Amino acid sequence: MNIVLDRSKLSKFQSTIALIVLCIALSLLSDKFLTVDNGWNVLRQISVNICISVGMTLVILTAGIDLSVGSVIAFSGAVAAGLLKSGLSFPGSDLFIGFTLLGTLLAGIITGALLGFFNGWVITKFKVPPFVATLAMLTVARGFTMLWTKGYPISSLGSNFAMIGTGWFLGIPILVWIAFLVVIAAVVISNKTALGRYIYAIGGNENAAILSGINSNKVKIIVYTLAGVLAAIGGIMVTSRLDSAQPNAGMSYELDAIAAVVIGGTSLSGGRGTIIGTVLGAIIIGVLNNGLVLLDVSPFWQQVVKGLVILLAVMIDKANSKTE
Amino acid sequence: MLVAEKIGKKFFGVTALSDVSMELLPGKVTAIIGENGAGKSTLMKILSGVYSDYEGAILYNGKEVHFANPKDAQACGIAIIHQELNLIPDLSISENIFLGREIFTTWGFLDQKSMHQKTQELLSRLQLDVSPETLIRDLKLGQQQVVEIAKALLSDSEVIIMDEPTSAISDHEVAILFNIIEGLRKENKAIVYISHKLDELFKIADNYIVLRDGKVTEAGTMKGVNHDLIIQKMVGRDIKIIEKRHRIAEEEVVLQVENLNLYKKGDTSRLVLDNLNFNLKKGEILGVFGLMGAGRTELLECILGMHATTSSGSIRLENTILEVSSPSQAIQSGVVLVPEDRKKDGLILGLDVKTNLTLSSLKVIEKYGFLSQEKELALTEKYISSLKIKTSSPHQAVKNLSGGNQQKVVLARCLATQPKVLLLDEPTRGVDANAKNEIYKLIISLSEAGLGIIVVSSELPEILTVSDRVLVMAEGKITAEFNTAEANEDAILKAAIPQTI
Repeated sequence: MNIVLDRSKLSKFQSTIALIVLCIALSLLSDKFLTVDNGWNVLRQISVNICISVGMTLVILTAGIDLSVGSVIAFSGAVAAGLLKSGLSFPGSDLFIGFTLLGTLLAGIITGALLGFFNGWVITKFKVPPFVATLAMLTVARGFTMLWTKGYPISSLGSNFAMIGTGWFLGIPILVWIAFLVVIAAVVISNKTALGRYIYAIGGNENAAILSGINSNKVKIIVYTLAGVLAAIGGIMVTSRLDSAQPNAGMSYELDAIAAVVIGGTSLSGGRGTIIGTVLGAIIIGVLNNGLVLLDVSPFWQQVVKGLVILLAVMIDKANSKTE
Repeated sequence: MLVAEKIGKKFFGVTALSDVSMELLPGKVTAIIGENGAGKSTLMKILSGVYSDYEGAILYNGKEVHFANPKDAQACGIAIIHQELNLIPDLSISENIFLGREIFTTWGFLDQKSMHQKTQELLSRLQLDVSPETLIRDLKLGQQQVVEIAKALLSDSEVIIMDEPTSAISDHEVAILFNIIEGLRKENKAIVYISHKLDELFKIADNYIVLRDGKVTEAGTMKGVNHDLIIQKMVGRDIKIIEKRHRIAEEEVVLQVENLNLYKKGDTSRLVLDNLNFNLKKGEILGVFGLMGAGRTELLECILGMHATTSSGSIRLENTILEVSSPSQAIQSGVVLVPEDRKKDGLILGLDVKTNLTLSSLKVIEKYGFLSQEKELALTEKYISSLKIKTSSPHQAVKNLSGGNQQKVVLARCLATQPKVLLLDEPTRGVDANAKNEIYKLIISLSEAGLGIIVVSSELPEILTVSDRVLVMAEGKITAEFNTAEANEDAILKAAIPQTI
């Protein structure tokens, strides 16, 4: 009995253990790894991925997927940057709308919310599979980005805007603060609110959830909208950090997000997983990326290693759920 | 023919079966009887090769055999009809029946024609009137079960194990199945028949084995034993079958259905429900009986607002028109359904008891917009004790509960919404005799507390036990109405059989 108990406990903390082992190994292999500077560096690098992975977790818990987050990052970042830099003018008329910093941030987030809402609407109203609906959005939002930026980066956005990406508050980078607040909010939503319950219930058994009186379409629309909002926040973070909205920003970020979710133990078939697991998953990927760079591993090998780690994580998870 | 000697099986140190011996004889039907969790399904899974590690030995025609997988067992001539349906929804009936044993032409291509033909033969033998090309997805649960039976018949097995073959089919189809079993008996096949419905066993079985807690408590021939004796051996104590009751309900109407029509999806010229008119009184239990395809489930779905776009007519709840287009609105208005298939539609199996139980009433346990764990546990504990749900804790995953207790969790979830009308679709399907009685008592006490209840069932004894009034449906119409006091099985069945047959 004791052995059984220990095993299940062990599997619960397997990502934590994996992370600790990884950190110990890296600090033995490189004396640059375990320094305060590098620590903040890693956390800043992963803060964007944490934001979008949290949204991705909520979507995947409902047994869906959101492939569009990378493009949403680019478009909402570009919208914010463009409005900040040159406001909104309408060709053929004298109308011009200028934006404050807060206004541009809000506009970026609303952009993400609308794109996410559209995903949710198409998925629930027309029963388009999430994979297809968000794949289409991946292309559409990237196209919008190109149209909006005309293919050129929008740079030099001012020191106030750059503060988000480079500033510190109470000794902690602002980027890390944002990720931290997003995680806290998502943990509370998933554990402490009816919405969170409904998300798990829909992913666990949608029929039963509907017959239990849950408006599953509404919940899904909310979830995809949230994923869009979080991607937009990620977009603003990326743009601010580089002080530039790149038309090809966020390319393939959705894959890192899905990887974090999966490594964190969330089931792709929905209904099972945690936000904290995803955060650990994102940290593992971040530490791994950082470590491989510090160890001077070639970028090509880095990709191979990353892929194998994802595979390994899922294989261990499967093996554990079998013995349950 | 097939002899099991001292079979034992443990799961993670927990004994599921110990020292079970039995013998199956050609031309005999052996009934395996036991409560849920007694080890019946485990024993069958060992005999059919699903579990290959066990203690003891299996002898087949005098030789010891050890099946490594179901395919081994099949090749030996042992077929099993599983309790859970093992069909692929997006393949046709004939593709399912021939799955893994397809017929090929001389060129190595699939021989669709002869497979269809064979399937057609099997289906007509089982009196299932659908085309072999119909997708499983488009069949009702009961029809799917008939396909499962057809699958076992095809393989021409010597030993046929039927695990709850009648749990989803109506009496009419049961009669057909019994004819088939009769035929198999004459062909000298050995048949194992597992069912919770004891009456069936008395009709069909020659021998019986009673399992309790993984051990054989009694075995012998069906002749010379009676109902009560078997139940006593199953549960280890006497349980009283609920007395029929005949009560005149109050006069106050809680649900009034008028001119309800439901059109077939995509074909509005065909009616699934044809001009239904009835009412349900406060504190009344209205039984709805009908054979498969009579429209029983569809009726409940209409009341729940699931066919808002394809139905017409009016439904009044306490004298106000009930205008709902989704279960969530229906629940808010005070109408709630315990669905027929609790695993598919009733429960979120991976989540725990408290989450399932409180799912429909999270508003009640919210505090400042957040869920209060305290209130949640209080609500859960309240229903665990009032419905006597057996669970190690509120945090137990529902998939680990027995069928009867799972059903009670669904019921509790519905009751927690404080409904005015409770709809029950096959409330005791796949539930053992003991739990069945408890659920009946519960239904009756709920009605006595003033709840209006509609019970849809394909089991006549069930309908006669619980309801005050019985509606009989056939082909989407209400064909008869009885007060239970004056109802008898023959008259009900007669009204339930479609006129066109």
